[in-house]
Amino acid sequence: MNAPEKVAAEDALVVAGREYRSRLLVGTGKYRDFDETRRAIEASGAQIVTVAIRRTNIGQNAGEPSLLEVLPPSRFTILPNTAGCYTAQDAVRTLRLARELLDGHALVKLEVLGDPQSLYPNMPETLAAAKTLVAEGFQVMAYCNDDPILAQQLEETGCVAVMPLASLIGSGMGILNPWNLQIIIDRAKVPVLVDAGIGTASDAAIAMELGCDGVLMNTAIAKARDPVRMARAMKAAVEAGRDAFLAGRMAKKPYEASASSPATGLIQKS
Amino acid sequence: MPAPIRIVLNGAPRELPGPLTFTQLIDELSLAGRRVAVERNGEIVPRSRFGDARLAEGDRIEVVIAVGGG
Repeated sequence: MNAPEKVAAEDALVVAGREYRSRLLVGTGKYRDFDETRRAIEASGAQIVTVAIRRTNIGQNAGEPSLLEVLPPSRFTILPNTAGCYTAQDAVRTLRLARELLDGHALVKLEVLGDPQSLYPNMPETLAAAKTLVAEGFQVMAYCNDDPILAQQLEETGCVAVMPLASLIGSGMGILNPWNLQIIIDRAKVPVLVDAGIGTASDAAIAMELGCDGVLMNTAIAKARDPVRMARAMKAAVEAGRDAFLAGRMAKKPYEASASSPATGLIQKS
Repeated sequence: MPAPIRIVLNGAPRELPGPLTFTQLIDELSLAGRRVAVERNGEIVPRSRFGDARLAEGDRIEVVIAVGGG
């Protein structure tokens, strides 16, 4: 084992008692086809991938490959989500179906949306759904706004991770409120993952430098001109940001330059 | 011959030749061998019960799969 792998293995992301080498979680939507999905996800190194639960197109998909054949649950931790749900009740129903679909799998991504324009989370419904799901034995990773009090309430409800937005889902606007994220990170005892809003690699690196435990993204990779290359960039950015966080950045010294080269031994006229 | 029954399947009305089991329904829909989950009137129908549970007139059935999503 070479040194970088060793570092990664020692610094695992632990969610619901399970260890993951990769701190990058990726969605599987918006790709051109399953082949592009597979190649991008391979390049991202992600071990946890999100999927949506939808009605089958009756009579229209016989013989077509299915997503779970492309991304087999034997190789990936499949994280079913509740995207598109606007009530706690619909989210709970969706995840009960997901658990049946995935043979009793308990780790889920809860998101209950407030409206179809902003896709902003409806936090009262999210909290209500989280309560029910935790009582039913689900391990809930909850998409939430960047309110530290609500993040804390989700944790108290028994969520195994809180996932505040960096900016609106699919907006690519990056991290709009690092200060709120910092408060959430400082207080949380469960992993904090930035979910939604990442646009490019530097956004992911900044999230990790703040001390996030991981980053979840979909559109930033799927809608890049070259998704596979962007997936690779995101993998590197998450690793770089994590390393920078662990290394501990130098103190900022405004208006105080400090030369890197020795101040003595200069050749000069004297 | 059993009388046909009417159900609502994924939001659309559908007539079945009789009170099929869920295994027969899955076959009828050409979904045999595929990874699906089924809900009847808001309650999960576990795969272990597909062989003996039967559909009834007026059942609201949802059949779902995993698809790409974020």
